[in-house]
Amino acid sequence: MRDEKARKVSAAAGPVDVFPSPLASPRKPSPAETAWEESTLNPALAKSPDRLADFTTVSSYPVRRIYTDADLTDGNLERDLGVPGQLPYTRGIHPAMYRERLWTMRQFAGFGSAEDTNRRFRYLLSQGQTGLSVAFDLPTLMGYDSDHPLSEGEVGKCGVAISSLADMEALFDQIPLADVTTSMTINSPAAPIWAMYLAVAEKQGADWRRLSGTLQNDILKEYIAQKEYIYPPGPSLRMVTDTIEFGAKHTPKFNPISISGYHIREAGSTAIQELAFTLRDGIEYVENCLDRGLSIDDFAPRLSFFFNAHNDFFEEIAKYRAGRRLWQSVMRERFGAKNPRSWALRFHTQTAGCSLTAQQPYNNVVRTAIQALAAVLGGTQSLHTNSLDEAWALPTESAATVALRTQQIIAYESGVTNTADPLGGSYFVETLTGEIERGARDYIAKIDALGGMVAAIEHGFPQREIADAAYRFQIAVDHREKIIVGVNDYVVEENPIETLHIDERVARTQADRLRKLRSERSGDEVARRLDSLRRAAAGTENLMPHLFETVKAYATLGEICEALRQPFGVYQEVAIT
Amino acid sequence: MPDKKIRVLIAKPGLDGHDRGAKVIARALRDAGMEVIYTGLRQTPEMIASAALQEDVDVIGLSILSGAHNTLCARLMDLLRAQKMEDVAVLIGGIIPEQDIAELKKIGIAEVFLPGTTTQAIVDFIRQRVSHASAASQPHRSAE
Repeated sequence: MRDEKARKVSAAAGPVDVFPSPLASPRKPSPAETAWEESTLNPALAKSPDRLADFTTVSSYPVRRIYTDADLTDGNLERDLGVPGQLPYTRGIHPAMYRERLWTMRQFAGFGSAEDTNRRFRYLLSQGQTGLSVAFDLPTLMGYDSDHPLSEGEVGKCGVAISSLADMEALFDQIPLADVTTSMTINSPAAPIWAMYLAVAEKQGADWRRLSGTLQNDILKEYIAQKEYIYPPGPSLRMVTDTIEFGAKHTPKFNPISISGYHIREAGSTAIQELAFTLRDGIEYVENCLDRGLSIDDFAPRLSFFFNAHNDFFEEIAKYRAGRRLWQSVMRERFGAKNPRSWALRFHTQTAGCSLTAQQPYNNVVRTAIQALAAVLGGTQSLHTNSLDEAWALPTESAATVALRTQQIIAYESGVTNTADPLGGSYFVETLTGEIERGARDYIAKIDALGGMVAAIEHGFPQREIADAAYRFQIAVDHREKIIVGVNDYVVEENPIETLHIDERVARTQADRLRKLRSERSGDEVARRLDSLRRAAAGTENLMPHLFETVKAYATLGEICEALRQPFGVYQEVAIT
Repeated sequence: MPDKKIRVLIAKPGLDGHDRGAKVIARALRDAGMEVIYTGLRQTPEMIASAALQEDVDVIGLSILSGAHNTLCARLMDLLRAQKMEDVAVLIGGIIPEQDIAELKKIGIAEVFLPGTTTQAIVDFIRQRVSHASAASQPHRSAE
């Protein structure tokens, strides 16, 4: 941890400029362009002016009316662009990209009981999805059992209810973990949930060395955006480091962390903020692992990332490319990583939930398709596409199917997978890539100056940046400076659509199950294991082996998380509006 | 005589941590001249009812995206009735299926604001609602 290091608090902890710092050398249009402006453009505008005063991206960055090679003179295209599978990775992290292998079609799914979700998993796999992604309910995400008083009304509503290893076993019934790559969106209780997953794998006779998947396990973005925190940063980061260390030894094909920007973007950030805060979170995790004594190339190859695919098509494509170029320089220059696999930014993408509308929900199929296309043109390794009913409820089976088909149509019918980085060399895309990279570097430097990401969070810096950007966007929408079709223009009277309804039966079933579990397991064994866990948590040993034994004794998630509250304490945020 | 500022409690009930909407609304209402108290996350109905009483608010705005709205609203409305706070307007925003809206209004929720609502619509609703409430409670006020 960075606590003992001196913290330089920048006096200017106010908002960073929305736009990146200007280029060293100003743009010099060619004589042909200048002539065009004088003789063709200006007369045309005099007859019929631009539709709007400003043309900006969804993040409110200004976009020029045309990009030419005059926009690329600040860089060296051969160096900055390169080729796929090689530094600086702008064009992709694999040499053959989608010609060799398509991105993983990994639809986030989960609702009700483990049996309900297991059925939806097997359905989606039968429809051609190529990886699983587990959505847990809020009680599980917050470390409460389904029958805890605070779980009332929440069980199975946002995801699947998992209170013990027994539920986890039911979740993966008929799903061989050695063969099916599985991602789990879990953060504060990531370590015990992962312990349950590993226990199921053991019961299935799966070799841990073959297990492939991802644990989200990114606590920093919880404090910044998603707010599903339990414990304070110190102990939480300790557990993240425990999982990375354990994974490096035991599960070489499993990503112990998915450093995320998706939620930061959903909370209202700009594209540059999304990229900057995500990569700076990554830097913080790397520093924690190095402080633990891990060797950079032992764990860095398995760091993975997770980004949003929002509405502004070119801004998103440029963001992914900028991300790859920035991360390799962080890994090589800042951390001295030598293994090329440590340099490559591998990421999953999800299309932007916050962009989907309650009004005219079928329009969301179109939004999701455009966003998914941006993610593919940006070279994502894995993709989730949202369903049309996103703004109303969890997806119905048919809505989830259309979302999956969207990916399949892009993959097999659009032709964009035939070549790597199809937009490479575009004046616009290369300029935007450079601008986003520079803007992200500015923010990273700012957070460094504040003393790192934990310090920045304590100052409320990323939270305030996000809240400001969210408010600016809402005001722009309210004033119809940003049009949302069906919402502030092209509005019609509508009838409601069919949606998925989850009732309290799940809560009752879970309560019965937990009663039965508690009566059938060895109470003594559970008490011993929890005691041992508590003592280990108060010390410095890696908690994963303890958690593994504790979940196998059928201690519940709630019991485990409560046991950890004692040595760890709980986090209270200072709300920034 | 200057109008008393409208007092609004913005609350996040239940386990849901998605606070983008709650924070944007809190700021918009402040910008519109209202006194806004934001409870922060993970409030039980008991905590919200207690805060509403202590802060003597005119309006409670709830933000719920978790699907737990039926349970949480029913409990809150019971508590407000027990505290004799039926005159406080309770509004909800978030992810609320169409089919649940009628029932929520039946238990006393004044209005449900779905995704896509403008901040101005909420400001206007509150102003109208609170001015009607104060006009109703002062029958002797002369027409202006």
